[in-house]
Amino acid sequence: MSMPAMKTEMPAVVTPPAATAAPVVTMTPKPAPRAAAYARMAKETGARVVPPLIVVALLLVVWELICRRAGSSLPPPSKVFKDTRELILDPFFDHGGIDKGLFWHLSASLQRVAYGFSLAAVAGIALGTLVGQSVWAMRGLDPLFQVLRTIPPLAWLPLSLAAFRDGQPSAIFVIFITSVWPIIINTAVGIRNIPQDYRNVAAVVQLNPLEFFTKIMIPAAAPYMFTGLRIGIGLSWLAIVAAEMLIGGVGIGFFIWDAWNSSHISEIILALFYVGIIGFVLDRLIAALGKVVTRGTAAN
Amino acid sequence: MQAYLKLDHIDKVFTRGNATTEVLKDINLTIEKGEYVSIIGHSGCGKSTLLNIVAGLTGATNGGVLLEDREVNSPGPDRAVVFQNHSLLPWLTVYENVKLGVDKVFAKTKSRAERDAWVMHNLSLVQMAHAKDKRPNEISGGMKQRVGIARALAMEPKVLLLDEPFGALDALTRAHLQDSVMALHQKLGNTILMITHDVDEAVLLSDRIVMMTNGPSARIGEVLEVPLARPRKRLELATSPGYLKCRQRVLEFLYERHSFVEAA
Repeated sequence: MSMPAMKTEMPAVVTPPAATAAPVVTMTPKPAPRAAAYARMAKETGARVVPPLIVVALLLVVWELICRRAGSSLPPPSKVFKDTRELILDPFFDHGGIDKGLFWHLSASLQRVAYGFSLAAVAGIALGTLVGQSVWAMRGLDPLFQVLRTIPPLAWLPLSLAAFRDGQPSAIFVIFITSVWPIIINTAVGIRNIPQDYRNVAAVVQLNPLEFFTKIMIPAAAPYMFTGLRIGIGLSWLAIVAAEMLIGGVGIGFFIWDAWNSSHISEIILALFYVGIIGFVLDRLIAALGKVVTRGTAAN
Repeated sequence: MQAYLKLDHIDKVFTRGNATTEVLKDINLTIEKGEYVSIIGHSGCGKSTLLNIVAGLTGATNGGVLLEDREVNSPGPDRAVVFQNHSLLPWLTVYENVKLGVDKVFAKTKSRAERDAWVMHNLSLVQMAHAKDKRPNEISGGMKQRVGIARALAMEPKVLLLDEPFGALDALTRAHLQDSVMALHQKLGNTILMITHDVDEAVLLSDRIVMMTNGPSARIGEVLEVPLARPRKRLELATSPGYLKCRQRVLEFLYERHSFVEAA
């Protein structure tokens, strides 16, 4: 549902290349078009990168001004940078236990998300296909899904700790149960929206159920599936930080909690920055994957 | 007349809740091998439903369809359909769209290389071999419909079912494609059943025109033989008395005796 938003960033104006390049032309046969192309690319990139940079710079200045006064409860950006320099410059140190660099915390969190989200993707697409294809499966399962999906991720954690008696599988389960619902629901909608025409084609050609699944259903429903996967990965990343705060051990969530307990506010701010960036990258990764996989379908 | 395809006392009743609508009533029609038959009628008269019943995509309430004296009631490649809106799969290339059917139909009887050659042969029959690696959204509407025809032809159907195949095309493209279909029919001798609402198209292409009354409970009102010699030339026919007479008969049927009732 949020997919089309990515296509909006097209530059509206393309300047005629010859105008600027013409006076500089000397001996070489064709420098003008290439130089102009580079200039245009630089201009396009600039148009995209400069505005957010300006906004970020302004926000930093405002933050600095507000938090700079003595007695401020939160550190200004300059202090954050000073406090966390070591963490930023050496993310790979490992002093044993939970005293590790941010890289290790983040990779532990990402690993949990990878396990949980992969399970959710497989289960979600399978269940979504079932619910989308069979009226009886939908009648039976849909009410259940609608109730279960409203349960907040962390509410599952005590139950899964009781079931698995260990932090690691519990965290993975929380990721799974958080991200599986949007995948199921979007896949089901995608399957239900497969045009009757495609079903007719499959019927005339006499595809068997397996061929129908791989050759018609998956490609036809792929845009919906990827919408679900994108929402799912976002929710997983939201859930992991909260879950790790409770289960402890290595992980960015626990790192934040630990920093709070030791009153290292600057470290919290740095961790939040990383969490945000990684969440953004994960989202874009799934979106890019979706774009590649659905190159034919989406344009229909 | 030897019955190749026989529509035998077909009734179709749609039931939704307590409401029942009788769409088709006692449809009888026999079609010879190699014959080109059009079904014409106002929209909503159930002609597409009838085609779906022949294709096996919809079940008849009573009666049935016999193909070479065997009852057919499920879809299959022996009755390939060219759909109105082409229905190509957008994630497959032109070649792959045609290959989908070929791989299923000739899985046992043709080798991989033979199937490949057969796909290309059918694409060149509709002059689309050059676009084999394009995706449906990269080619024009007329080209898509050509590929749709190639896909159907490649399954070597006993009967080719055309569901308003030219309905979504502009007039010039339509004329061009009609000529192509006529040439293919001439060359391959397929048995064709076509749904249309275009009088000129029906007269130009068909050996017989089946005219349907308005629904609900649509029946076959009249069957008109088109006694024009083949190959037919669009321009010559435009002034030929035989053509004009057939056209007149169909128009009279559609607009005088069974003019469209908006209330339906």
